[in-house]
Amino acid sequence: MTERPLLELRAVEGGYGQVQVLRGVDVTVEEGKVVVILGANGAGKTTTLRAICGMVKAHGELRFDGQSLVGKPTQAIARMGIAHVPQGRGTFADLTVEDNLRLGATARRDNGIEADLARWYDAFPRLRDRRKQTAGSMSGGEQQMLALARAMMARPRLLLLDEPSLGLAPLVTRELFARLGELNTEEGLTVVVVEQNANLALDIGHWGYVLETGRIAVQGSAAELRENEAVRQAYLGF
Amino acid sequence: MQLFISQLLNGIGNGVVYASVALALVLIYKSTGILNFAQGEMALFATYLTWKFTEGDIPVVAAIALSAGIAFVAGALIERILIRPVESAHNPLNVVIVTLGMFLAINSLALLAFGTDPQKVPNVFPTDSFHIGDTNIQKETLGLIAVLIGECLLLWLLLQKTKVGLRLRAVASNPDSSRLVGINTGVMLMLGWGLAAALGAVAGSLVASTDTAFDASFMQIILVYAFAAAALGGFDSLVGAVVGGLVVGVADALAVEYVDALDGIPVVLPLALILVVLLVRPNGLFGSRTVERV
Amino acid sequence: MATDVDAPDEPATAPDSGVPLYAALPRPVFWARVVIGGVLAFAALYAPWYFQPVDNKVLSQALYLAVAAMGLNLLTGFTGQVSIGHGAFFGVGAFTTAILMVDHGWTFEATIPIAALLTATFGVLVGFPALRVRGLYLALVTLGLAVLFPQVASKYVKGSGNIALVQPRRREFSSLLDGLEDDQWKYYVCLAVVVVLYLVAWNLTRARPGRAMVAVREQELAAATVGVNLAGTKLWAFGLSAAYAGIAGSLSVMVDGSANATNPALYFRLSIEFLVALVIGGTATILGPLVGALIVVLLRRNTEDLIEGKEVLSPAIFGGALILLVYVLPDGVVGGIRRLFARVGSRRASVEVAPEPT
Repeated sequence: MTERPLLELRAVEGGYGQVQVLRGVDVTVEEGKVVVILGANGAGKTTTLRAICGMVKAHGELRFDGQSLVGKPTQAIARMGIAHVPQGRGTFADLTVEDNLRLGATARRDNGIEADLARWYDAFPRLRDRRKQTAGSMSGGEQQMLALARAMMARPRLLLLDEPSLGLAPLVTRELFARLGELNTEEGLTVVVVEQNANLALDIGHWGYVLETGRIAVQGSAAELRENEAVRQAYLGF
Repeated sequence: MQLFISQLLNGIGNGVVYASVALALVLIYKSTGILNFAQGEMALFATYLTWKFTEGDIPVVAAIALSAGIAFVAGALIERILIRPVESAHNPLNVVIVTLGMFLAINSLALLAFGTDPQKVPNVFPTDSFHIGDTNIQKETLGLIAVLIGECLLLWLLLQKTKVGLRLRAVASNPDSSRLVGINTGVMLMLGWGLAAALGAVAGSLVASTDTAFDASFMQIILVYAFAAAALGGFDSLVGAVVGGLVVGVADALAVEYVDALDGIPVVLPLALILVVLLVRPNGLFGSRTVERV
Repeated sequence: MATDVDAPDEPATAPDSGVPLYAALPRPVFWARVVIGGVLAFAALYAPWYFQPVDNKVLSQALYLAVAAMGLNLLTGFTGQVSIGHGAFFGVGAFTTAILMVDHGWTFEATIPIAALLTATFGVLVGFPALRVRGLYLALVTLGLAVLFPQVASKYVKGSGNIALVQPRRREFSSLLDGLEDDQWKYYVCLAVVVVLYLVAWNLTRARPGRAMVAVREQELAAATVGVNLAGTKLWAFGLSAAYAGIAGSLSVMVDGSANATNPALYFRLSIEFLVALVIGGTATILGPLVGALIVVLLRRNTEDLIEGKEVLSPAIFGGALILLVYVLPDGVVGGIRRLFARVGSRRASVEVAPEPT
């Protein structure tokens, strides 16, 4: 019995105006797995995530739970259950921490929002301490926690993270990935994480892709990628 | 002393008007980053509508409410049809041209629809005054202040205490992330423009009701002062708009009375005022970010 | 913002497809430009013989508007400092010329350099607070200037009839060449000024000052680190653009017959027209302001006659036309033409590309 993958990209092309960045990307994400996308700067990692969210014009096959995403506006895609934590966190800098978290639940109509709010404050106590502070006044690590909690407030089926470790201290990064790993193993959250720094990502990942100039160059299980000579040298630093 | 107080009250009365229009300008700027040069003319058109309704025997307060409602819809439609296509990318000056084009078009359409004669909107507030000792406080001034306070209260409740208000603030803060959490930014933008248009309609109608008559040019000088007020307060601060309006109104009234050199060139005052404030605080009194975009 | 002076649109190509990254201007496009340029130059020189005096006056108005628009282009298009108050500088230039002629007996031509100098000085003075005030606030402060000018003029200038109107005698402007009628002579004077000032602007923008201006516009911080004197660049950009506007004002006294500040909204309207001409024509281009000025003047003229008996509608049509133009040509006319050429050029280039390796 083959279960339909949660997210499927086939021969996806896309770019910005006259500059084509993605030249045929094939990615499959099974439900409940953590997929890592590696690649150098400019390879198209961020563009891939943006294409999934409809922030970049894309051609090809892009399916979420069987439904096509091509041509849909970003807000509609978000409401389908995809939460995207963009590069640089994308917090609402002028608004308070609490406002940011409540905004994460924009698309929800159920009664569990207050309970979830309490839950994420429990998970990230520093956010509770700063709940009335403006998001922009917090440190990079705290903003990253906020961005993650905000994404989770939507109770998403798929979580997309764009270079979450960027600008964060190693200790903070470690904690972040540990949390991500927990969310995946305990809740079955499906995650796609784009990273340049591959170590921690591959630790919690199940499957991985390497993007080069807009195409998939290598793919395999996390273990296979760790063994791969080229990958080790380019992205793992040894 | 008595002259000072009466000029002060005069200034506050005018200042309240500038503050109301400045609120509309800041609302649009905060949510869309656009300077709406047509704000005054939109208010003008709505004021003419108010007048037309009162001619049809509708009581003046109901007439104002009606034209504010129509202005709300019109403002939302204007955002969708005229502004949205030009908002994205290319040249930010394009939007300026569009609002300037609107300025011309709406003014001339108003003349076409309503004629060139000055008209009168019936008084909303009683025209007499309270007497405290030797000073007279016009009831109209108090009425205008009450309306402004009411507007501010409503805006505050809307923005801080409702889901819709949260989304409006989100779009003003970060449009991209707003989409990522599922907010329909287009609808929010239309809402912002609609609210601003309604605010302008109320302001224009009230001003017209306190004067003996109004004509097609009456909003133009008010707009200049409102821009000054918004700049003074910091273009991304609603509180700043109110404070700025009052400061400009009072300073103008006092200067006109006490500074002879300004005779004939009253607009020097708001100009000098903005300049001085901006030199010391480049973002205005209450502004937070560096507002670069025009 | 808009395109730089001479950067052709470069479609990115894959690194291994064998096509050079910067496509050279295809031959047919180059020759098309030469031919079109020649035709236009001929038309410009022949125009006053073909048209009636009243039309020549309109063309002359377009020409001085073009000078002011180019001045604004230097400040706003290239240096990125938005001003909606250049009408004030225009007014200063106009009144300088008129007053020198009427009260002190100067000849028209002699007043032009003085007007330019005076307005340049004012421009630099205005530039000082502009160093501290950015973007949107700068736009508003300059707006204040445009509103202020007619009031100051009305207060201090008492011309004939004690209003702010100074009108030199008509024969001061008569043609200095036999064989040229007055209106034709005025047209050629304006044309000559346009050509000279546009050449100056063209040279400036291609050289170091031009790059400094663009650097200030694009990335102030980065510009400062490579030694661009931010304050200096902004100040002389203000001064230069004000001088252009002032010269335009002087020309307007010749073309329209007087310097007139009785209409309080006039200088605001002029400031807007400069900006509109600039944006419609294409910011940060050389021909843009000229094209834009022509369009604005022709549009104004034609919407005035358009609807019989409903003259009050003409601003509406004008406004509507502006909005339409901005949709259809978001990069201005010159920008739009450039994109057209680029697309023609790239289509030819793509025909020569080797097929993509699988």
